Amino acid sequence: MKKLLILGAGTAGTMMANKMRKLLARDEWDITIVDQFKTHYYQPGFLFIPFGMYSKNDVIKPKSDFFPTGVHVIYSKIDKIQPGENNVLLEDGVVLKYNYLLIATGCKTAPEEVNGLKDKLWYTDIFDFYTVEGAVALANHFKTWKGGELVINISELPYKCPVAPLEFAFFADAFFTERGMRDKVNITYVTPMSGAFTKPRATKMLGDLLEQKNINLIPDFAIMEVNNDEKKIIDYGGAEVKFDCLITIPPNLGDELIERSGMGDDMNYVPTDKHTLRSEKYENIFVIGDAANIPTSKAGSVAHFAAEILEENLLCAIEGRPFTASFDGHANCYIETGYGKGTLIDFNYDTEPLPGSFPFPGLGPFGLLKVSRMNHYGKVLFRWIYWHILLKGKEMPIDSEMQMAGKKL
Amino acid sequence: MATKTYAGINIEVNDEGYMLDSSQWSKEVATEIAKDEGVELTDKHFEVLDYIRNKVANGETLTIRGINKSGVVDAKTFYQLFPGAPLKKATKIAGVSKPESCI
Repeated sequence: MKKLLILGAGTAGTMMANKMRKLLARDEWDITIVDQFKTHYYQPGFLFIPFGMYSKNDVIKPKSDFFPTGVHVIYSKIDKIQPGENNVLLEDGVVLKYNYLLIATGCKTAPEEVNGLKDKLWYTDIFDFYTVEGAVALANHFKTWKGGELVINISELPYKCPVAPLEFAFFADAFFTERGMRDKVNITYVTPMSGAFTKPRATKMLGDLLEQKNINLIPDFAIMEVNNDEKKIIDYGGAEVKFDCLITIPPNLGDELIERSGMGDDMNYVPTDKHTLRSEKYENIFVIGDAANIPTSKAGSVAHFAAEILEENLLCAIEGRPFTASFDGHANCYIETGYGKGTLIDFNYDTEPLPGSFPFPGLGPFGLLKVSRMNHYGKVLFRWIYWHILLKGKEMPIDSEMQMAGKKL
Repeated sequence: MATKTYAGINIEVNDEGYMLDSSQWSKEVATEIAKDEGVELTDKHFEVLDYIRNKVANGETLTIRGINKSGVVDAKTFYQLFPGAPLKKATKIAGVSKPESCI
């Protein structure tokens, strides 16, 4: 029996287990997936928890619900990969051999990387919403918060789901308005970028939205430390911003196992060919999702589009053919703007988010870089799609390659 | 897109003045771009520029925290060398693309 080993059973790893089990003959290929945790988190749902729209139970399910039959599942911490020997060592001393390895170990927040962030104000006045613990603690905090300076700070790039902090700001504006206390809450968005987003058209559109919603923007701020006693964040250049409640997007790092294996860059991301999705160093190792260093968003939509490329290229590699699929960095993000409305961006390595309609040119039903009720329904509906279609590796009516039709230049 | 002349060479740059072809870079070109940015380059500057060019050539992400940990320069000195928005200035002078193209 030949062995395909998948490390990480998050969005990317689970999709690939489902896809490859359908493609590889069961009497020839053993598929094993390893993860240390038994719970699957619907990470896009974390954003809704602080505002009481979702509870913890809305975003968790057992991972075991999503594995197909015929895939071996091992719940264990992974010690390291020995890429030269085609071995993976588990924490308890078990050695797994592989013919092909898929790394899908993701990335996670690392608040300890910023001085003073995970200190005495952590989860009393400083919160993240990228973990279920942080999101739930913040929901409780908001229930009785009297208002003051609400500061949203992105530590550095790259971080998961680049639009989520903006959505958080829009939701906060709507939340405190609906509670009749918006006049007591001053919202400030502090980012290392030069504007609300990176690419010109989306930055303009989202920057205008911040202004309309009376949210202050402080760009070019690279956080050095948090002063817990004076409740302020300080940047390397000396600029300071005071807060009563700080929402942090901490630095994101790849898994430590990548570092232990000597396979990552200095943020523990695995150097990966951005088109083929193969490791730049090892012919029988592929990387998918947030674990890769490819220059696109760290987001589930990217992992989903990449999975369709990777299933094809993995088969090419196994059958000794040249690669036939090429990933274009496609990302597609529904952005909540508050009050039951949303906007949508669709882009790739080479094309910035443009206005237009999606997925059907001229028809929509979703509008690109437009604020509409339909875009919000798209996001709400997505949770169902995620659990029932996407994780199970089923076909979706959206091309993995970004389409120019429907976009206006 | 536009073309600028640095050190006697015609160099293609984007709307924000970042070089499009990193291989056209030289110390002389860097010195002239730096002049436009109000920076006079020293050996220490070039040490940092070399580090940045290497990182970018390897496809790695640049962050101020990463530069602070690099052993080449600490963040405070980095700000003194390239005042204002150091990452943006330093990448422009290093002839590489702006460090935030990836989201």
